[in-house]
Amino acid sequence: MDLLHVKRVYKSYANHQALHNISLHISEQSIFGLLGPNGAGKTTLIRIINQITAPDKGEVFFMKELLAPKHIAQIGYLPEERGLYKKMKVGEQALYLAQLKGMDKGEAKYKLKEWFQKFEIEGWWDKKIEELSKGMAQKVQFITTVLHEPKLLILDEPFSGFDPINTNLIKKEILELREKGSTIIFSTHNMESVEEICDDIALINKSKKILEGKVSDIKEAYKSNVFEITFLGNMIAFSNALWTAFEILESGQENGRMKVVIRANKVSDVNQLIKTIVNDVQILSVHEITPSMNDIFIQKVQEVMPETLEEEEEEVIHE
Amino acid sequence: MNKIKLIIIREYLTRVKKKSFIIMTLIGPLLMAGLMVVPIWLATKDKDIQRIEVIDETGAFINQFENTAELQFKNEFISIGEAKENLYNGVYTAILHIKSVEKNSTVEMYYKKQPGLSTISKIERTIEGVIRSAEIQDKFKITKEQLAEIQPNVNVKAISITVEGKEESKNVGISTALGFGGAILIYFFIFMYGVQIMRGVIEEKTSRIVEIIISSVKPFQLMMGKIIGIALVGLTQFLLWAFLTSIIYTIVMSVFMIDPSTISQTGEMMQQANVRELSAHPYQDIIEGVESIPFLQISVAFIFYFLGGYLLYGALLAAVGSAVDSEADTQQFMLPITIPLIFSFVVAQTVMENPDGVMAFWLSIIPFTSPVIMMVRIPFGGVETWELLLSMVLLILGFLGTTWVAAKIYRTGILMYGKKITYQELWKWLFYKG
Repeated sequence: MDLLHVKRVYKSYANHQALHNISLHISEQSIFGLLGPNGAGKTTLIRIINQITAPDKGEVFFMKELLAPKHIAQIGYLPEERGLYKKMKVGEQALYLAQLKGMDKGEAKYKLKEWFQKFEIEGWWDKKIEELSKGMAQKVQFITTVLHEPKLLILDEPFSGFDPINTNLIKKEILELREKGSTIIFSTHNMESVEEICDDIALINKSKKILEGKVSDIKEAYKSNVFEITFLGNMIAFSNALWTAFEILESGQENGRMKVVIRANKVSDVNQLIKTIVNDVQILSVHEITPSMNDIFIQKVQEVMPETLEEEEEEVIHE
Repeated sequence: MNKIKLIIIREYLTRVKKKSFIIMTLIGPLLMAGLMVVPIWLATKDKDIQRIEVIDETGAFINQFENTAELQFKNEFISIGEAKENLYNGVYTAILHIKSVEKNSTVEMYYKKQPGLSTISKIERTIEGVIRSAEIQDKFKITKEQLAEIQPNVNVKAISITVEGKEESKNVGISTALGFGGAILIYFFIFMYGVQIMRGVIEEKTSRIVEIIISSVKPFQLMMGKIIGIALVGLTQFLLWAFLTSIIYTIVMSVFMIDPSTISQTGEMMQQANVRELSAHPYQDIIEGVESIPFLQISVAFIFYFLGGYLLYGALLAAVGSAVDSEADTQQFMLPITIPLIFSFVVAQTVMENPDGVMAFWLSIIPFTSPVIMMVRIPFGGVETWELLLSMVLLILGFLGTTWVAAKIYRTGILMYGKKITYQELWKWLFYKG
């Protein structure tokens, strides 16, 4: 079932269009990667889902109901630009934010203590945010985002500002939250983490959706029968074994081993190739090179608008 | 509604718990009580009796000086040298040495206790009076009794006539003090707490927490919660000031054993020292003046105009806070907002000179100047009920209007970073859709 359905949403500002006919289906208990270069319209879309701003055209459905203020309590939002009241105490502040999300004070306090124990930060309750390091404040902020156990969690670059240990901690928490029934929208530039934890993705560029689907399907669709073969022996013998079905992309020598990257027309051709060369050279490894999400991202974005990545727009956040 | 309450409580508590608030709340009354007590204390100090020994070489001033509670004159017929030698042994606190009755003569006064200005002017007037009387008697050949008969005694008593035909005597001094005090307080409170709203908005914006909060509540709720919360801080401070000031005042008064009734007399006597002759009932018009001051009207009006003016300016300052990235950028927007407020404070003096004039009328009707100017006018008692109602209704409409404008700018501004905002842009924001 779709937890969130964004249906043909348009939004424009005085001098530019931020979203153009965006439709998304985000299924329940999945991690959905919302990708796109800076200024593509991700933040605007996230703000529409958060009801901070309204679309010019189109609708958003939350669990088959038209998105309404009552859904605010079921959404948790961690903006890219983090922030808490610097002079307020950690505990007080977390309680305040939880109550604004509609939680009861007693319940919020109880759950906060649990989370503080889990993250081993019990001693911070009476500290002011300005006394904490950036990473520590991020932890507090993560807790305030998930405390009310939202059905939908929107995390904008959740790993920025964390060291590798805490990144793993947060990653583990995100996966655990999904197990418990949360759906997560995950907006990031970090493609490695997308491959690692996202189930589905949508790529938005210049206010339009240009790619959507399951991560595994997309990778399958974008693989291009590229193989890397390492062997001991003569490069000439190897080249002679090739026929027109192959194209050599790269070749070189490394510690006395030959390393060749080739593109085949069909996967079965590779089988045939190995049969031929196995008599002339000693094969050490053959493996398929699948495109990374990073490659797909860059390829897709450049396809649409070649200049996009070059003139990296400075982050201007509109409304 | 529940969420706006949470916001109000947070805004209120974080400010009330601040050290600066507590210090201001404690120091304010001390300063105010000091301002009230010190002049009175000085005034009573001066009240100790001056015993003046009159050494009159001319013989024209025997028993001419009028004795009062604080001033006692006695003629002694000894030489000035002898008197000076005995000053520190005797009961006298000063010696008045009169050498001649020339028109432009100098009279010397030797003292161990410095005489006040009023004492000196009293002596001068008496001597001048004696010399003048002698000259007149001499010139027109009339007797002392004849001269006393034609001595005039005039005292101006100002009486205002109300619409209902009731006569009320006014004391302009008290009205002026009240009008000026009210104007200062309103101006000060609007400024101080309005700027706090602006700072609060900037703080939320620069700390970036604003995006989290408006994912839970509407921007308008956040803005109103902040404005109302800070208004309550202002009222708390005002009430604490009033309460603590009166406590300190009472304590100080009882410690120094100062009886307030004698104080008012001293004050009045000093005020009237310049009047040539005291009227038959010297304090009558002051008592009547105090009674005619519409105190209830002033208190109610103060609270109303404080809140109204604060809401009017506070909303605009919230909008300014939302449109900038730091306090340093607020200047260009602050100026046009504060000009009417500063202007009304500056013209308050002029308004006091003619509290029911055309300028006073219009400035007390226009919402941007009415909080200060109306507070100046009310103590003079000339404000008609319809004027007051019109001014109040316009002030309410005024702050509804500025709140509407501010809300529009605010909800766009709080999410806008890294951009220098122009007036043109602010104008556009007014017409953005949700």
